[in-house]
Amino acid sequence: MADPRYIAGKKPHPRERRMIFRNVDRSGWDASIATYRKDGGYRELKKALKMKPAAVTDEVKASGLRGRGGAGFPTGVKWGFIPPDNNKPIYLICNADESEPGTFKDRYIIHQDPHQLLEGILISSYAVGAKVAYIYIREEFPEGAVILERAIEEARTAKLLGKKILGTDFECEIYIHRGAGAYICGEETGLIESLEGKRPYPRIKPPYFPAVLGLYMCPTIVNNVESLCHVKHVMAMGGKKYAQLGTPRNTGTRILCVSGDVQKPGYFEIEVGKLTMGELIEDLCGGMKKGRKLKAVIPGGSSAKVLRAGETYTIRDGDKEKTIGLPDIPMDFDSLAACGSMAGSGGVIVMDDSRDMTWVLNNINTFYAHESCGQCTPCREGSLWMKKITDRMLSGGGVPSDVETLVSVGNNIAGRTICAFGEACAWPTQSFVAKFPEEFKKHTSRRNIGKALNPETKTASAGLGD
Amino acid sequence: MVASKDSGENLVSVQVDDHWISVPRGTRMIEACKQAAAEVPHYCYHPKLTSPGNCRMCLVEMGMPPRPSPGEEPELDADGHAKINWMPRPVIACANTVVDGMGIRTQSLLAKECRQGVMEFLLINHPLDCPICDQAGECTLQEYSVEHGNGQSRFLESKVKKPKNVEIGPRIRLDDERCVLCSRCVRFSKEVVDDDVFGFVDRGSHSVLTVHPDRKLENNYSLNTVDICPVGALTSNDFRFKMRVWFMRETKSLCTGCARGCNTVVGSREGKIYRQSPRENNDVNSAWMCDTGRMEYHQLENPARLTEPMIKRGKKHRTVDWPEAICRAARDLTKFKGEQLAIIASGRMTNEELYLTRTLAESLQPGVVDIVKREGEGDDYLSHCDKNPNVNGARKVLKIRSPGSKLKSIRKRIVEDKIKALLVIGEDLIDCGFTEGELSSLQCLVSSHIIANPTAKMSHVVLPGAGYAEKRGSMINATGRLQRLNKAIDPPGQSREDWEILHELNRAVDGCDGVTELADVFTQMASTLSIFKGLSLSRIGDLGVDVMDTGETVPLLEREARRVSEGLIVG
Ligand SMILES: Cc1cc2nc3c(=O)[nH]c(=O)nc-3n(C[C@H](O)[C@H](O)[C@H](O)COP(=O)(O)O)c2cc1C
Ligand code: SF4
Ligand code: SF4
Ligand code: SF4
Ligand code: FES
Repeated sequence: MADPRYIAGKKPHPRERRMIFRNVDRSGWDASIATYRKDGGYRELKKALKMKPAAVTDEVKASGLRGRGGAGFPTGVKWGFIPPDNNKPIYLICNADESEPGTFKDRYIIHQDPHQLLEGILISSYAVGAKVAYIYIREEFPEGAVILERAIEEARTAKLLGKKILGTDFECEIYIHRGAGAYICGEETGLIESLEGKRPYPRIKPPYFPAVLGLYMCPTIVNNVESLCHVKHVMAMGGKKYAQLGTPRNTGTRILCVSGDVQKPGYFEIEVGKLTMGELIEDLCGGMKKGRKLKAVIPGGSSAKVLRAGETYTIRDGDKEKTIGLPDIPMDFDSLAACGSMAGSGGVIVMDDSRDMTWVLNNINTFYAHESCGQCTPCREGSLWMKKITDRMLSGGGVPSDVETLVSVGNNIAGRTICAFGEACAWPTQSFVAKFPEEFKKHTSRRNIGKALNPETKTASAGLGD
Repeated sequence: MVASKDSGENLVSVQVDDHWISVPRGTRMIEACKQAAAEVPHYCYHPKLTSPGNCRMCLVEMGMPPRPSPGEEPELDADGHAKINWMPRPVIACANTVVDGMGIRTQSLLAKECRQGVMEFLLINHPLDCPICDQAGECTLQEYSVEHGNGQSRFLESKVKKPKNVEIGPRIRLDDERCVLCSRCVRFSKEVVDDDVFGFVDRGSHSVLTVHPDRKLENNYSLNTVDICPVGALTSNDFRFKMRVWFMRETKSLCTGCARGCNTVVGSREGKIYRQSPRENNDVNSAWMCDTGRMEYHQLENPARLTEPMIKRGKKHRTVDWPEAICRAARDLTKFKGEQLAIIASGRMTNEELYLTRTLAESLQPGVVDIVKREGEGDDYLSHCDKNPNVNGARKVLKIRSPGSKLKSIRKRIVEDKIKALLVIGEDLIDCGFTEGELSSLQCLVSSHIIANPTAKMSHVVLPGAGYAEKRGSMINATGRLQRLNKAIDPPGQSREDWEILHELNRAVDGCDGVTELADVFTQMASTLSIFKGLSLSRIGDLGVDVMDTGETVPLLEREARRVSEGLIVG
């Protein structure tokens, strides 16, 4: 396998470690099965089929692979939750709903390397004992759905799907399911309900843990697109070898999607934890926009708690503790969690000093108020309430009690809802208000009542005094 | 409850608000709290329905015993229980089950804050409709906001507007602004009566309950949704705006619409019934009743109600007082014996009335006694195809072997002029196929009914009786359960409870029957009929007793039992 060449202007940054995105923007590359196989594709499937399913799972466990969909849960451990005495069918679902704002990685895999995903799904299905796998792809990816359908047809023609795959007793079908156009369809139990043809109302856990009572009340493994692709590479390298990528407990590579006020936003595949936030912004993204300073970063998709430039954090460094600043945070699961936020879906949203934080929060609140499924009380009522408060603050109608009300609404949502959307919509409010109190107070001070934010620039330069 | 035998092994210890109790393994936390007299407020939870856990009102603090590492002994509290590790996150009590050593706090700061938060969320977009809302007085939102709310509104925004006064079916209206989206109505319709007609549309705070665009909520159990709706979102057209609930008197009784004998509560005020709703009885009707039965009380408001005893003179009836009417009926009836006299009673009569009919028959010695058969359509839930509520009583008490089998020959023998006198109780014979010609050929026709029906019009003596909610007595339903009917209101005008009428007739015919009150009738009955042995009217209790094995089961209860055994519902 020769080192791939990339199309002009799309060459990966030298600090990237392209594995999942190896073929993204690759010159001479296309989504066909011929191209994929010429490059060694489906070899790992062959390798896996020679092993016992449990041995494949063991490799994934050994690899330390953690889910790339948001929660960072160890993939092999999740697979192990299927009850050993199960006699119902087992399903595997690939979560291709990619809808967390700030996240745009799965679509490139689907568009440019669909067979990598199919191979990952087949290996994973084999490991968990699924004969049917679904790819739940968001409604807003119509082209991706067509590409996947085509890839499935190619795979079927090549006898990589259906019965007797590669001449073994392994059988598996993969179906594409177009999503229902809602963010909540990405939450795994909402997704399952949607796949069953219902409204994507998330289920209560317990008792409806997907690995036990999932699709059609059968054991179901839901994994993110990127997570499933990693399984192929775990097979290629072996779990132990894979685990040497990245840092301990934060193994492998992951794709970070950087958006916002940087020079060169985009996707970057890095070894987990081998890069700091500062390096990501300065080196890979070419720094902040001209003349602008870093103000804040949302490090893991819009629901992750915001980090403020100038803050310090205490993280563990081996046995010791050390104090670091925002640019020093290693981009891995545990470090970001230790800093009070999360690695989430890998969507890094960077904001410079031109941003009005109330406007940013209002933007996020608008999204969550619109996307709350409406099933459970705190999120249903609280998400719109928070949005209405920030709306009012921006239009010059803020009152001093707003700041306190905002926080307490957030507090009354987080930890009290059916699904993690509750946290997703409360964390922005909780963190923005806690970390930028002066900006929120500005919108609620008597002096500024009646002064609306400049709707054109949406910046703080709208003449609000302090 | 899930565990049927409370053997020691099936019991677990749970600490509720600092007190340890024992409950069967698998008990929902909310039920365990109830047993510990710590009622957990809730909206979406209903023991007969699945638990979506959507309202979040039942959030409580939960703790678990620590899992000591091997060889390590857990730290014990003063009661000898392992010390509880309290979780930082609250859990819903409705859908989670207890485990041994679990701790539940329903009154901790966290639990209270959770409830207060949920109450505030439910109220911010709730309209200020209480003064005009039928649910006021039995509204859980009202009730809990007093107990768990924070009294003041911090909500400065405008409320979400939603559809109001939507006709979703022939009997029910929906106010979406009042709806707390608990999905009880959705689940009832889908899970209990297989009519998945409700659904939610739109999202977030704009979510609204609706019925499927091409369909209506019109199944025969639709009004149960009004009962279980915790707020005033679903209102019954029949009850809407008629009466404030706190003014009503509630009487536990039965529906007499069919042989199921659904247990009910009759709501009345100043001699008028305003509504009838199901009363839980897990051996009869679970917590439900059909709409047909529920609406039956309107028959009592029939403008053609008989209110005074009457005697026919020539072609005209004139009103008389009771002694005269009874005296006349007894005098006329005793003129005929055996072959010449027939009695047609009713499967709608109570056991006591049937018993007094039997003693009357023992004196009058009629050639034939029968009741009218009332076959109709039943369904797979509660409604029974036998529309007589007390055929089993007629079988046992009046010794009717095959209900309605003799009516044809009675008609024939009237035509043949062999039967000359007829006592009809609680039935309209014209409605049963008798002709006016046949009835007019009788020399003596005495009838008792509540409505001025064609039979009454032809009768020589008319005795106005009481409707089912205007009297007491007992009945035996299709599965052989003896149950008690109670009096919610007085019968109108001079009309009387039927047992009294029959009692007076007995006395007029035979002198004394040893009865002064209704309970005496039952006592007499119990001394002659083995199935009632050891029972009295009061001992029947509110939920009844099984006195016969009819081999019948209740389809709705069977399905409910299946859902219980699958752990889907508490039951
Ligand atoms: C509100 C919400 C939205 C989510 N959306 C996505 C999504 O779009 N894609 C995704 O892979 N996971 C999403 N998740 C996470 C999934 O529930 C699930 O944890 C994930 O698909 C598991 O895959 P992984 O273990 O491979 O990460 C979402 C979770 C929540 C609470
Ligand atoms: S938390 Fe929000 S999104 Fe999740 S179930 Fe509740 S209302 Fe729906
Ligand atoms: S109408 Fe009533 S029962 Fe139905 S969802 Fe709304 S509040 Fe619940
Ligand atoms: S099922 Fe029969 S007894 Fe029950 S409510 Fe209906 S008519 Fe009345
Ligand atoms: S009662 Fe509604 S969540 Fe428990």
